[in-house]
Amino acid sequence: MPDLLIELFSEEIPARMQARAAEDLKKRVTDGLVAAGLTYAHASSFSTPRRLTLALEGMLAESPTVREERKGPKVGAPEKAIEGFLRGAGLTMDQLEERDTPKGAVYFATIEKAGRPAAEIVAEVLEDTIRNFPWPKAMRWGAGALRWVRPLHSILCLITDDAVATVVPMDVDGIAAGDTTEGHRFMGNGRFAVTSFEDYEAQLKRNHVILNATERADAIWADAQNLAFAQGLDVVEDKGLLAEVAGLVEWPVTLMGDIAEDFLGLPPEVLQTSMKEHQKFFSVKNPKTGRIEKFITVANRETADQGATILAGNQKVLFARLSDAKFFWENDVRVAKTGASEWLEKLTHVTFHNKLGSQGERIDRIAALAREIAPIVGADADLAEKAARWAKADLSSEMVYEFPELQGLMGQYYAEYAGHEAEVAAAATEHYSPLGPSDDVPTAPVSVAVALADKLDVLTGFWAIDEKPTGSKDPFALRRAALGVIRLILTNGLKAPLKSLPVRDDADMDDLLGFFHDRLKVFLRDQGIRHDVIDACIAMEGNDDIALLVNRAQALQAFLGTDDGENLLQGFKRANNILTQAEDKDGVEYSFGAEVKFAEDAAEKDLFTALDKFEAPIAEAIRGEDFAAAMAGLAGLRAPIDVFFEAVQVNSDNDVVRRNRLNLLNRIRVLCGSVADLTRVEG
Amino acid sequence: MTDGKPKSFQEIILRLQAYWAAKGCAIMQPYDMEVGAGTFHPATTLRSLGSKPWAAAYVQPSRRPTDGRYGENPNRLQHYYQYQVLIKPSPPNLQELYLGSLEAIGIDMELHDIRFVEDDWESPTLGAWGLGWEVWCDGMEVSQFTYFQQVGGHDCHPVSGELTYGLERLAMYVLGVDHVMDMPFNDPSAPIALKYGDVFKQTEEEYARWNFDVANTEVLLRHFEEAEAECEAILSQEHDDPKTGKRIIMAHPAYDQCIKASHIFNLLDARGVISVTERQAYIGRVRALAKKCADAFVLTEAGGGAAA
Repeated sequence: MPDLLIELFSEEIPARMQARAAEDLKKRVTDGLVAAGLTYAHASSFSTPRRLTLALEGMLAESPTVREERKGPKVGAPEKAIEGFLRGAGLTMDQLEERDTPKGAVYFATIEKAGRPAAEIVAEVLEDTIRNFPWPKAMRWGAGALRWVRPLHSILCLITDDAVATVVPMDVDGIAAGDTTEGHRFMGNGRFAVTSFEDYEAQLKRNHVILNATERADAIWADAQNLAFAQGLDVVEDKGLLAEVAGLVEWPVTLMGDIAEDFLGLPPEVLQTSMKEHQKFFSVKNPKTGRIEKFITVANRETADQGATILAGNQKVLFARLSDAKFFWENDVRVAKTGASEWLEKLTHVTFHNKLGSQGERIDRIAALAREIAPIVGADADLAEKAARWAKADLSSEMVYEFPELQGLMGQYYAEYAGHEAEVAAAATEHYSPLGPSDDVPTAPVSVAVALADKLDVLTGFWAIDEKPTGSKDPFALRRAALGVIRLILTNGLKAPLKSLPVRDDADMDDLLGFFHDRLKVFLRDQGIRHDVIDACIAMEGNDDIALLVNRAQALQAFLGTDDGENLLQGFKRANNILTQAEDKDGVEYSFGAEVKFAEDAAEKDLFTALDKFEAPIAEAIRGEDFAAAMAGLAGLRAPIDVFFEAVQVNSDNDVVRRNRLNLLNRIRVLCGSVADLTRVEG
Repeated sequence: MTDGKPKSFQEIILRLQAYWAAKGCAIMQPYDMEVGAGTFHPATTLRSLGSKPWAAAYVQPSRRPTDGRYGENPNRLQHYYQYQVLIKPSPPNLQELYLGSLEAIGIDMELHDIRFVEDDWESPTLGAWGLGWEVWCDGMEVSQFTYFQQVGGHDCHPVSGELTYGLERLAMYVLGVDHVMDMPFNDPSAPIALKYGDVFKQTEEEYARWNFDVANTEVLLRHFEEAEAECEAILSQEHDDPKTGKRIIMAHPAYDQCIKASHIFNLLDARGVISVTERQAYIGRVRALAKKCADAFVLTEAGGGAAA
């Protein structure tokens, strides 16, 4: 069976778009081919800075002929109906067949779609793919109207069958498909023709192009580690950077260079960020000192001087970049030493949000809130306030202006020069955490106080001005903030009912609590807690106490997983159903005390005894928020309830007995309901 | 063309001029107004609009008042030179032409690592954007390479290819100089050898002081308003000139006022009298002028509009 090779050769494709584009090429072409009946055995796609490539193996040489039978109108049906049917089927009267059916003679049409040669289908599908390719950003060039990520120069489209290669005849806006491509921009040997994928890949390699991005990345990583290892150093791993760099070169040549002594005193994160952001360099660390002492750059070619000129150039550029970084660092340290009041002053002129005031006002709010939260988290109030005031100061620093991703971390470094306590320094970085569901949660009390204050201020602030997240729009990352609050409370086991916190009073706290509950549901579901269990607990009093809510849910889930729990739930549901029906029918609520003196049956008396025995300890356990104990108490009721329902007919003819039994069932309902709203539990 | 490495800043400029002239570009002179970048020259901004083919190359002195460092920073200047090439429609071999220009100024492709790294270009004041790259030579950005998609709010048909070389930085690299002021301006063996600092050190100091501390902001604010008003007044004139009876749309004089407003805005910015929120508003006002000028230009003959 034939193989298909496609290459779209263009000017340099942005590195970040290449992998996705290779996938899109594969998906769009194979989907199109399959839809047209052209199946294949295997497909793989590749990308380099200048090309997207797709190779299909075992493709059909032509699409199969398809026969479709359609049932038409009855023989003798109105002419219009028959005409319509013929039009739809694309046939003439004499091509129809009359067949007897139980409902009489009916016209049948057999539509035959002849198979088409693969080349024809490939040409159509590829042209459609090129014209509708989902680039994140596409452009026009020259005088043409075609859109591609950068100018598209050539199309290689080849079907190879039994070693015979045939170019697929096609043309997209003047670019005719052919069987040629070119290799490396500088090290390649002009255009060359290929006959198959194997030949293509091999010739590319001879022309200094490694087609496979993973192979390029692996080569870079292996070379980088070898270079570092030879000098007893470690390359700092960065998968994102590796993928990006592999998308910037067709023939990677890895080089290691020195960082001038002047810069080794800068924080390692500053060196790393500056080198990565501006130069796409890897950092090389000395495991003994923990310092970053060298860099690794990846060039796109070999040179006669073994990369000496390239390395010298890169080193020079790095020197200028790090001179800037050092300049920022020194200026910032100077400001920090004076207490950084000028940074805070500057923040009073920076707008946070036009309805929520300046960054300075925001800091004031966070500081006040952190102070009030401090006792709840066991932090010193003065220290918490101080930490909150310092936490955002670095937003004015030159380093953070240049590298926003270093926010917090720079504050931590500068805190030392400003003479702040270690807790204050740590809170500068930690108060931004946790940033996601798996990010570490701070536990130092001062950091926790500032982190909570920061997140609660932003949440209540946006609720107060009614700018809540909608759909995929969450520009201020409020969902992340709410999850952060939840995780801070849970990890630190905080008793912090949200409605009792001293936040601003102009936010709709009920609505905000609903938002928290939604985040909590997602979070707990990921931890395996059933949604109905969560709902049953959210329906209870005190649902603004996240820790309590989660304790309750965990205990309930565990209980429902036991035999006792499952049966008790059934017992509760039965009691509740009988009661609800009776209450509906009688128009009264059976909530008066049942009396043991009206009990007739032994099972009934036993249930009284059991309830008398367990009600108080369960209530006590719930008061103490020991839900496991409360569940254990409920477990003790399971057997008496089961026996009761087996032995006793609630709806007795004796009305006094009946009412007494209904009131007894109510004790079950109330007791179970004090643990969780079991009516919401499924099953 | 001269072989080997260039010896001075001016030789690099001369070689670029000779190279692009040989490739068929009209070698234009700098525009005689203060601009922030070579793109502002009407030979780029206006000529990238409309259907008429165009090929031009020129040096453009550029001013960025906020970048002034009193001549002390090794590579930051408030006045510097850009080399600008604009070809419409962009030829299919523009990348090769560009690489040829690097060879012409003495960059040996066999020894250096040249890369095209994604960089999308946008000018909020000109209402313009394009896609392309910053070109790296051994990790240093030596040029901007852009395919214009929109200018002054108009889609570019055909598309222009624009190349911008930051001349000082490029020359410092080629000449192996670490501080811009140490760079030979003319041939170091000339009877009167001049360094970049001999020519510009003093002016960098003078302008930095004026830009940051002395420029009269009230006067500047008034000039901004006046330029804006004049631009609109020019464009509001009827297209037919009552004196000559000819159809004369004054796109260029109006655009001069737009350039003026843009530069005054930069000066005000350097003086620190424009707040963050006002900043966007000023940029929007300049962009509005640029758009109106573009609207007018495409009605003219050079802009490919139907001549009456």
